[in-house]
Amino acid sequence: MSEQAVLEVRGLTRRFGLRTAVRDVAFELWPGEVLGIVGESGSGKTTLLNCIGGRLPADHGSVMYRTAAGYSVDMLALPEAERRKLLRTEWGFVHQNPRDGLRLDVSAGGNVGERLMALGHRHYGRLRQAAVDWLEHVEIETARVDDPPRAFSGGMQQRLQIARNLVTHPRVVLMDEPTGGLDVSVQARLLDLLRRLVREIGVSAVIVTHDLGVARLLADRLLVMKGGEVVEGGLTDRLLDDPHHPYTQLLVSSALSV
Amino acid sequence: MNHTSALAGEEGYNFAFLDEQTKRMIRRAILKAVAIPGHQIPFGSREMPLSYGWGTGGIQLTAAVIGRDDTLKVIDQGADDTTNAVSIRGFFRRMTGVRTTERTDEATVVQTRHRIPETPLSEGQIIVYQVPIPEPLRWLEPRESETRKMHGLAEYGAMHVKLYEDIVRYGRIETAYDYPVLVNGRYLMRPSPIPKFDNPKMDRMPALQLFGAGREKRIYAVPPYTEVKSLDFEDHPFEVERWEQSCALCGSNDSFLDEIVTDDQGGHAFVCSDTDYCTRRRAAGHEGEGMPEGYLQPSEAAEVLHHPPSALRAPSPSGGRDSDLPPEGEGGAQRRKGDASSGTAFRAGLRP
Repeated sequence: MSEQAVLEVRGLTRRFGLRTAVRDVAFELWPGEVLGIVGESGSGKTTLLNCIGGRLPADHGSVMYRTAAGYSVDMLALPEAERRKLLRTEWGFVHQNPRDGLRLDVSAGGNVGERLMALGHRHYGRLRQAAVDWLEHVEIETARVDDPPRAFSGGMQQRLQIARNLVTHPRVVLMDEPTGGLDVSVQARLLDLLRRLVREIGVSAVIVTHDLGVARLLADRLLVMKGGEVVEGGLTDRLLDDPHHPYTQLLVSSALSV
Repeated sequence: MNHTSALAGEEGYNFAFLDEQTKRMIRRAILKAVAIPGHQIPFGSREMPLSYGWGTGGIQLTAAVIGRDDTLKVIDQGADDTTNAVSIRGFFRRMTGVRTTERTDEATVVQTRHRIPETPLSEGQIIVYQVPIPEPLRWLEPRESETRKMHGLAEYGAMHVKLYEDIVRYGRIETAYDYPVLVNGRYLMRPSPIPKFDNPKMDRMPALQLFGAGREKRIYAVPPYTEVKSLDFEDHPFEVERWEQSCALCGSNDSFLDEIVTDDQGGHAFVCSDTDYCTRRRAAGHEGEGMPEGYLQPSEAAEVLHHPPSALRAPSPSGGRDSDLPPEGEGGAQRRKGDASSGTAFRAGLRP
């Protein structure tokens, strides 16, 4: 491939005291690719995601990001002002619990518009129109643009959170268990939506999940984590149909199939 | 500078109550604040003989900047004779012996709560604001560490979310007081709970503006001729309050008006909130439509309050309903006592 990776993670390590939560993780994320990170709880998936997203300082390693302008920066070494600017323009972070990623007292429109306002958009009419458009994209009734998210169902809140992140057309979106805590039918709808949006916008995404079904549907490529290390990686279908590492075999064989 | 001994207004106290070390500490904070317009500077706020929320921040600033040649004016909601203004003015008269005034143009230091005087301030004057909550981002972000970071990185987009919400709910920006401003194109600032009517007066004001929050231990400032811009949207521009009425006493239609309830029959009238401005306009011959019939006129009120309690019944301030008056000896004595300390009876009668 002649294209360059949009994200290059090298030697990422994070310790909590004597415990090593993430050890020497390295991977690349290509433009338009969805990378799944699977593993049991406690395997360091979320810590890894938080380190990449700058929510937790990493002890070692680098996260090289190729910006929209075409130059390469180390997200972990960047001055905070620039890092935060990139994070709210070219990156997105979808939390497992939508309450962490939304302002529950602020209307859905205000939630979607916040990133735009942070970028200097100062036209109420256009901000509101952008919010309406995005609610349509994520299949929320546009009439509810002025309702606060606290009045939304869990699935709607999650979709709103996605809209709030995608409104600035980010290039990298990190998602932490985006379907966790939702019932299966809502999950299916959200997965369809995510698949559609990722293809439409051409965003690259890292999705952390413990659900192999979600990983199979969404991810092009998978990394399997155990005890803070990546034990196996590869194309999703290859990895799930022909797991090599004993832990991956265990993981695949433990998944329920209906 | 040595203000010890006999120079102080009250024996046993230093000039302007605070000791010189404390004043120096506050002045250092003021210098920093002036150097970085709109930036909140922490300072070692002292216990003052006044409850938090009554102007402990403003009173410390005034004490730190006031000198023997100064003339002090204190207003509360624009009026010179409301409780807060009277007691703070009395405090400084006792503690410094400086001249006090009600005239805006005569004052060198103006301490204010909730208003900027209508008479434009000029070079050489200092206006001291009493601030309850200095942090403009508090509504959006409860963490102090995070708001400091937001100020440091000038991440103020979220502030517009608040205004956006106003338009969503009310169709226009409903924030009517403490309206957020951007100072010198850099720091977001809370202008203290002044009505947004006063916001344009802050922009490029020739006087030095100091803000003190005693409980929150913060000082900030806007130096003379500094740009102060009220936040808004392109399609919902910032605008100030307008009234269809004009002042019932002086007829002004460009000053901030208070609505006064005049009886229990739904009667009401609008009068200037700035008493000094209103008084001087009337002295210059301007006249409004007058207060509703049966309502205490300023001259009558003064008369009532200067007479012994028994005489209170004669002019009948509440439109002939004598029985509404408090019993003699209690209310009467209180009224005269209030008069003695405030010196201006009119407002006391106007706002029971």
